[in-house]
Amino acid sequence: MTPEESYGVLLFQSVSYAIKAEKILLAAGLPHKLIPVPRHISSDCGVCLRFRSELRERILAALDGQVEIDAVHPLK
Amino acid sequence: MTQDLLYFDNAATSCPKPPETLRAMRRFMEDGGGSPGRSGHRLSIAAGRVIFAAREILAGLLGVDDSLRIVLTKNATEALNIAAVGLLKPGDHVITSGMEHNSVMRPLRALEAAGVALTVVSCSAAGELDPDDVRAAIRTETKAVFLTHASNVTGTIMPVAEIGRIAGDHGILFCVDAAQTAGALPIDVGPMGIDLLAFTGHKSLFGPQGTGGLYIREGLEGGIAPLMRGGTGSRSEFEEQPAFMPDRYEAGTLNTVGIAGLAAGAGFVAAQGVDDIRRREEALTEKFLAGLRDLDGVTVYGPKAASRQMPVVSFRIAGLDPAEAALKLDERFGILSRPGLHCAPAAHRTIGTAPTGTLRFSFGYFNTEAEIRTAVEAVGRLRAW
Ligand SMILES: Cc1ncc(COP(=O)(O)O)c(C=O)c1O
Repeated sequence: MTPEESYGVLLFQSVSYAIKAEKILLAAGLPHKLIPVPRHISSDCGVCLRFRSELRERILAALDGQVEIDAVHPLK
Repeated sequence: MTQDLLYFDNAATSCPKPPETLRAMRRFMEDGGGSPGRSGHRLSIAAGRVIFAAREILAGLLGVDDSLRIVLTKNATEALNIAAVGLLKPGDHVITSGMEHNSVMRPLRALEAAGVALTVVSCSAAGELDPDDVRAAIRTETKAVFLTHASNVTGTIMPVAEIGRIAGDHGILFCVDAAQTAGALPIDVGPMGIDLLAFTGHKSLFGPQGTGGLYIREGLEGGIAPLMRGGTGSRSEFEEQPAFMPDRYEAGTLNTVGIAGLAAGAGFVAAQGVDDIRRREEALTEKFLAGLRDLDGVTVYGPKAASRQMPVVSFRIAGLDPAEAALKLDERFGILSRPGLHCAPAAHRTIGTAPTGTLRFSFGYFNTEAEIRTAVEAVGRLRAW
């Protein structure tokens, strides 16, 4: 993460959903990365999907009705 | 497998597996073999992708729209136990057939002892089920029908779509045991009216042993308790089992290496096409049945028509105990078959072969016409011994 860029993360119920989201975003050509859930967001041990903030709306639109999303958080 | 063995026990487990299966398992272990869904590091995510890919390919083969409706289990038996034990409560009524494997019959008998009413609908001597008999068995408290898609004893294919329609019309759940058919006979859960579908990975899906699964139709998980509870990698802050699919039923680290093999095996099936696999196996079965028809002293059980059965043929040789016949076939011809009751005493009672059972030859995609000729010859020669 470069300091000038701002990111957000999507949280899912479980990794299966995160990987389903990954597959959809790959197909849609929307850049993202699966990372461990940062400690300050949740105590859970799973992964979340990180994206550049400017892609937020496009990513949410691509996943709408396809994958259940638990929460969307800005990263720091 | 040793070159000179003839393997005719594919209904027990398929052999050989396609090289893709072994390669995928080896690659998964060599690449690190991470724990799926447990950590956020790259090996864990890679393992999660392996599992997801397996669900997707299986969903495609079974006509399931959302691959997260597929619970991965260690075999069909575990899947059937989740369905039966999780669903049925004292006071419920459940219907099954007289051709079931013990993986259906034993859980249902145990539930019967605990207060679930059970009706076992009789089948014909060829193992065939009349849908009207199922309709007649329905009561107001009937909760579900549990039915094998095809018998592992006679190969008889059951009228699954008709029973699915009857169950749907009466608001009854329909659970199908596809252990013998998944990968070898087209399955489409929607049009067939299937609510729960149990399958095993190590037969016609060409995965390794220790793999299988259960499809659960949307909305049913609330009424089906899990068999086991434990870590899922999700909702770790809570001490209660998650309620969502598939984690509700997947407590404990999955058999990821096996599932990697299952995904590759199922991928092989998808690449060949289930219809083509079926055509080939039907032709082999037809050839074997025709060969046995010409042999005096050989009695064949089941439909005796390749189009109405899986590549599973049960028969007896006059004057020869099935176990003895199987031993001779193994020792003298290198032919591997299975004698006895095939874990399905009810089916053998139905076809009139209990308690001794039959000799069963079961073919697979990798058997050849030449092997079938050898098989018929060997059976013919056994009669003289
Ligand atoms: C009809 C049928 N149902 C269920 C099973 C159980 O499969 P598994 O042993 O893989 O659980 C088998 C095979 O063993 C079978 O033939």
